[in-house]
Amino acid sequence: MEANILDNLEVVYQKPETLTDTPFHYCPGCGHGVAHRVIMEVVEELGIQDQTIGVAPVGCSVFAYHYMNVDMQEAAHGRASAAATGIKRVLPDKYVFSYQGDGDLAAIGTAETIHTVNRGENILMVFVNNAIYGMTGGQMAPTSLCGQVTSTSPYGREATQIGFPLKITELIAQLPGAYFVARHAVHTPNAVRKLKKALKSAFEYQKLNKGTCFIEIVSNCPSGWKMNPLDSQKWIEENMFPMYPLGDIKVPGKSTTPSTENN
Amino acid sequence: MIKGTVLIATDICKGCELCVAACPQHCLTLSKQINTKGYRFAELKNEECTGCVNCALVCPDAAITVYRQAKIKKAV
Ligand SMILES: Cc1ncc(C[n+]2csc(CCOP(=O)(O)OP(=O)(O)O)c2C)c(N)n1
Ligand code: SF4
Ligand code: SF4
Repeated sequence: MEANILDNLEVVYQKPETLTDTPFHYCPGCGHGVAHRVIMEVVEELGIQDQTIGVAPVGCSVFAYHYMNVDMQEAAHGRASAAATGIKRVLPDKYVFSYQGDGDLAAIGTAETIHTVNRGENILMVFVNNAIYGMTGGQMAPTSLCGQVTSTSPYGREATQIGFPLKITELIAQLPGAYFVARHAVHTPNAVRKLKKALKSAFEYQKLNKGTCFIEIVSNCPSGWKMNPLDSQKWIEENMFPMYPLGDIKVPGKSTTPSTENN
Repeated sequence: MIKGTVLIATDICKGCELCVAACPQHCLTLSKQINTKGYRFAELKNEECTGCVNCALVCPDAAITVYRQAKIKKAV
């Protein structure tokens, strides 16, 4: 019966060919999988598979190069944007992107992140913010929320002791080298659609040579947060979005107005 | 009503249930059996699917292919 039904139907969605057949090693419900897929959908739709070079981080997404079927380079922890800088400068006609978690991009790699954007390197930086170090067992990240319980903040993050959550995306948006900066999410179908649109613009902007595009993806880490995937989606809405509101932060042609308040 | 259906790569599925929650037609559920990884996998439970693609968009494992009825044939 199934074969019969399928005969009369046309495919309206399928996994992009720019992803390899290797199954993701990510935990059930982890946003990294969606982020990988959407980036690769954009690469497929723009027809730039053989012109795209990605740089993978250290973190749960360290094996991004097993999944994304484009040329990829692994970078030392935190240094993805520095590696991407070198690649783009040597091969300026390629579409170059880096992919990093919050521990990679906003802790050990803070200097590289800020200076890459400050130099206005003509690359796309994708920043997956799940407010925790997933790979190493759920330690506190710079982006962990106040009060958030992690394995290294068992009583909840206490700002007076260990500082406030770092809104690095708003921070770098103020740099003149930043061309397009936005924050998106992958927790609902609509959020995924919006992310895809932003990623597409970001790849297209690379042709203009105007500076760094930076897209934060607010994501989940069900394992690190010790929640099931559905609860982690709710937790994102209730706790992450007040601190990390979604939307454009710096749009080409408009003056910078980084949102510093919660909304 | 527009008819659609989904094909789920049951051996890839990790039973995260995000597709089940994303389906506006409530057509998905987790199976009683488990797959080779040991997860209950997502499956269709009725024929209300409209091929809206929502489930596939949130699937972290790119396990869902979505089909929609082609508009052409009408007369019986
Ligand atoms: C030089 C160095 N320091 C520390 C580590 C340990 N380490 C591996 S991944 C990681 C952080 C991962 O967190 P994040 O970047 O947020 O990515 P996630 O795993 O959450 O996706 C750390 C501290 C390392 N591999 N190398
Ligand atoms: S530990 Fe967290 S970030 Fe890493 S794969 Fe699992 S859910 Fe994803
Ligand atoms: S979203 Fe994907 S991995 Fe999760 S239950 Fe549905 S088909 Fe399986």
